[in-house]
Amino acid sequence: MAPILEVKKLNHIYSQGTPFEHVALQDVSFSLERGEFLGLIGHTGSGKSTLIQHLNGLLKPTSGEVLLDGKSIWESKAATRASRFRVGLVFQYPEYQLFEETVYKDIAFGPKNMKLDKEEIHRRVLEAADFVALPESVLESSPFDLSGGQKRRVAIAGVIAMEPEILILDEPTAGLDPQGREEILENISRYRQEKNAAIIMVSHSMSDVARMSDRILVMNKAHLAYDGSVKEVFRQAWQLQEMGLDIPPVTRVFMKLREKGLDVEPVYTMEQAIHALKTLRGGNGHA
Amino acid sequence: MLKDITLGQYFPGTSFIHRLDPRTKLLVLIVYIVALFVAKTWVSYLVCLAFLALCIAISTISLKSIFRGLKPLVFILVFTGVLNIFLTDGETVLVKWWIITITLEGVVRAVYMIVRIMMLVSATFLLTYTTSPISLTDGLESLLSPLKKLHFPVHELAMMMCIALRFIPTLIEETDKIMSAQRSRGADFESGKLMERVRALIPILVPLFIGAFRRADELATAMECRCYHGGEGRTKMKLLRYKRRDYLAFLAGIILLATIITLRCFGW
Repeated sequence: MAPILEVKKLNHIYSQGTPFEHVALQDVSFSLERGEFLGLIGHTGSGKSTLIQHLNGLLKPTSGEVLLDGKSIWESKAATRASRFRVGLVFQYPEYQLFEETVYKDIAFGPKNMKLDKEEIHRRVLEAADFVALPESVLESSPFDLSGGQKRRVAIAGVIAMEPEILILDEPTAGLDPQGREEILENISRYRQEKNAAIIMVSHSMSDVARMSDRILVMNKAHLAYDGSVKEVFRQAWQLQEMGLDIPPVTRVFMKLREKGLDVEPVYTMEQAIHALKTLRGGNGHA
Repeated sequence: MLKDITLGQYFPGTSFIHRLDPRTKLLVLIVYIVALFVAKTWVSYLVCLAFLALCIAISTISLKSIFRGLKPLVFILVFTGVLNIFLTDGETVLVKWWIITITLEGVVRAVYMIVRIMMLVSATFLLTYTTSPISLTDGLESLLSPLKKLHFPVHELAMMMCIALRFIPTLIEETDKIMSAQRSRGADFESGKLMERVRALIPILVPLFIGAFRRADELATAMECRCYHGGEGRTKMKLLRYKRRDYLAFLAGIILLATIITLRCFGW
């Protein structure tokens, strides 16, 4: 199957031709399949945010192409605008962009801009609210009266209501408590499953990335350093640390165990770890 | 787009102009502006221009940056020029058509006005380009300190200005972010009729104001946590002291003003 999104040799230079010139992206290429979950990691300033802003045409590449279903999103003005609805982008701390009087109206902002009819907007608002587990009772209250975690979910619902085929989230769990994080991640998984949407998630939490992603992209100094499966990427522990990144804590524990002579394969998620330990105990049970 | 705004931008450097005391720069700027308004003929304009050119050359600020600062003024410049061309009475009529009369005096005056505004604004930009906002407000506070005797809140005013300047880039960045976020939700700021465009600003302005109030609140708390209670008894890390180069700059300013006044007296 052809990939839904293709990025080809993307370059971006900020403030070109001034003393503040700064290369933010250099020769970045990758592709994304329908329904795939892509983790995007990188040190602060590595170009992650610049990269994701290219995927729905907020930033125009200095050179290179972004293809949605094989067609450039810069082909025409209409194509660029259409790409915004197909590629939903949730910024960091999205709760700071809420502006409407009620939660309902705020979630409806995107669908309204799509010029959908009233009933369709209504359906989408309710569905989006359901995806992020917002109780219907809050829909008529002001978004500014909600708690931080709820505001975040309203903001994410505002993007989900456009029913994007690709949902991009920039650190969706930053600044939330563990329960809030868990809930947001579950909401994202559910949206992905039910709509067969592709997800790109930027995160600094290596364990979240390891647990959620099918594939991981690693950005380093404006370059795409790695593009591979969870296993392939986190195997490069040293290189990742040199880039100011890390491996999931549970992986580190298992590497230490291995150093101490325990016969375990490296694991990347809690579930794998539990499974590995159980087999180990089962295997050595008689001793 | 928003990043092109150069208002209050500071280009760090170590030139003679950069190292001058901010008070010196402010005072010399005032002297220069007075000279500019005393100047009436092209000879005295040339003297002022030479002074400005010399300052720009010493400051190592590129002409391009200065001109970029002038760009937003194009409208005002054109407006002033047009008004002066059409509304100045004179002897030498160049064009007379219907109720419009263009005189040579009008054209000359328009050119003078435009050049004057450009020179005035360029000099002001030179000040903000070469002086960090903090030292600028420090200088202002120190210059205005005699007013403290009249119970005028000089320190508070300077602090307010300092904070306002400090937050301009932050708010610009925030606006940029909010605009991107709303654009991602299909907001359209570039097309539509005037009313639609004005309405399109609501999704930007509401979060921006809320953010500004949040920041103000946080900043106030942070300042109180560090026991800030106004200017009384407050000491400074960087004490302003006039040095030799400052006297040199004053001298240059006074010579400029004297020259212009002399020229004026002799009818130039």
